[in-house]
Amino acid sequence: MSDVLLEPRVLQRTIARMAHEIAERNPQSGDLALVGIQKGGVALAGRLSAALERILGHPVPVGLLDVAMYRDDLGQRAAPALMPTEISFPLDGRIVVLVDDVLFSGRTIRAALDALTDLGRPRRVQLAVLVDRGHRELPIRADFVGKNLPTSLRQRVDVRWTEDGGDDTVRMLEMPA
Amino acid sequence: MTWMRRHLLDLQSLSAEELTLILDTARGFRAVGERNIKKVPALRGKTVVNLFVEPSTRTRISFELAALRLSADVINFTAEASSLKKGETLKDTVRNLEALNAEFIILRHGASGAPQFLSQFARAHVINAGDGAHEHPTQGLLDAFTIRERMGRIEGLKVTILGDILYSRVARSNIWALVTLGARVTLCGPSTLVPKVFEQLHPSIRVTWDLEDALRDADVVNLLRIQHERQRMSAFPSIGEYASLFGLTPPRAARLRPDALIMHPGPINRGVEIASEVADGHQSVILEQVTNGLAVRMAVLFLLNGGRQSDLGTTP
Repeated sequence: MSDVLLEPRVLQRTIARMAHEIAERNPQSGDLALVGIQKGGVALAGRLSAALERILGHPVPVGLLDVAMYRDDLGQRAAPALMPTEISFPLDGRIVVLVDDVLFSGRTIRAALDALTDLGRPRRVQLAVLVDRGHRELPIRADFVGKNLPTSLRQRVDVRWTEDGGDDTVRMLEMPA
Repeated sequence: MTWMRRHLLDLQSLSAEELTLILDTARGFRAVGERNIKKVPALRGKTVVNLFVEPSTRTRISFELAALRLSADVINFTAEASSLKKGETLKDTVRNLEALNAEFIILRHGASGAPQFLSQFARAHVINAGDGAHEHPTQGLLDAFTIRERMGRIEGLKVTILGDILYSRVARSNIWALVTLGARVTLCGPSTLVPKVFEQLHPSIRVTWDLEDALRDADVVNLLRIQHERQRMSAFPSIGEYASLFGLTPPRAARLRPDALIMHPGPINRGVEIASEVADGHQSVILEQVTNGLAVRMAVLFLLNGGRQSDLGTTP
C-alpha cells in the first residue's frame, strides 16, 4: 500500500523553491558548498547544485558524505555498508549545506556533523531536507525543508530518484503491523 | 550482503560475497587513512587485545594502529613478557583478558588451529593473525585488496605465488581468497617446498617447478619470504642456491608482462627471494600492501563489531 506524496513535477518545483531559499539565506554565495549524505542525499544535492547554479550564475561545489563509521548504533546491528566520501574542496571557511532526503530521528545528521568535523572546519553548517517526517530523538532541526509531513512510526517515506533508477516520486509506505 | 560472522578464523570458509564485502569495506577505510584526521569513532569504548604468542612486529603494529584508528583501546600482550611464560594455559589467559571485558582478541600463535580453539569458548570476537602453517587471513585479504585495486578485478587473473609454499600460512590464505574470487593460481618454488598435492585443493591451482613457466604470463607475482625459522628440515642446499634458482632477479623480472604486479608480504630478504632493484622498481607494490593492510584490518574489526545481542556466544 502506498500513497504518492510528491509526483515528479511537484518534486522539481519543491527543489527549485529550496534552492531559492538557500540562495536568499546566503548572500555570500561564493562560499556555498553542498554535501549530500549517502545515499538519499546525494541525488538531492546534485539537483540543488544545478538549481543554485541557474539562480546564482556560478557553480556550487557538491561533496558526498558517508556517515556509516559515525553511527551511534554500530555494534547493535550488522555492520552497515560503506559508501564513498568524496569532498574535493576544502571545507574550512565554507558555508556547508548538508543535504539529506528524509529527516527522521536526527541521528544521521548527528553522525554527519561529526564526520564533517573530522574533514574540516566549515564557517557555518546548515541542513536541507526534502521531507521532514518528525519523530526527532535529538535536538536537531532543518534550515530548509521541502515538505513537512507528519507520519506515524509504522509508515515509511520512500524517495525514488531517477539518478538511482527510480521515477522521481516520493511515496508513503505502510509497514505491516 | 551483510556480515554475520563473529570471528575471522580463516579465508577457506568465506564465500566470494563475504570476501568482496571485506574488500569493499576496506576501500572506505583506506580513504580514512588519507585524510588529515585519520581516526573514526566506530569502535569507541571497545577493547582490543593483541595476543601474540608468537613474535611479530609488523602484523601487530598494523592491527594496533587499525584498532586505534577506529578509536578502540588496545592492549598488547606478548608471550615473552606474559604469564604464558609462567605456565598459564592459553584458555586461562583468554579468560583473564575477557574478565577485563575485552571485546576482540587478535591471536598470533605457532599452532595451527589455535584461533579456532579459542573461538569455541571465547565471548570475544577472535581474529586469526596467523596460526602455524595454517592461515593468515588478513594477509590474504590485503593481498587480494591490493590486486583488486591495482588491476580492477581478481576474476580471471593469473597469480603466481613463488617460494616457500609448504610452510606458508600466507600462501594458504592467498590461495583461498584468490581461487574463491575467480583467479587462477600457479604455485612455484623448489619441489621440496611446493608439493604437487596442492593441486588437489582446488581445480584453479597449478603447481610448477619451472620458474620461466610460472612467470611467463602472470598478471601478479607474489613472492614469499624464505622462512628460516619455520624450516624444520633443509629444503634446499643454500640461500645462495635458492636465490640463483628462484630469486626474482632483474633479468627475470624483465621477462614479466610490463603491467604485472610484484608483491611481497615482508619482511623482504633483499638478494634472496627478490633483488633490491626489483623490490624498489615500478612494478613493485610492496609498500602499498602495507598501507592496504591497515585498511583491511580496520574493515575486519568494523565488520566483526556489528551484530546483535542474540548472536553472542554462538559460533562462527
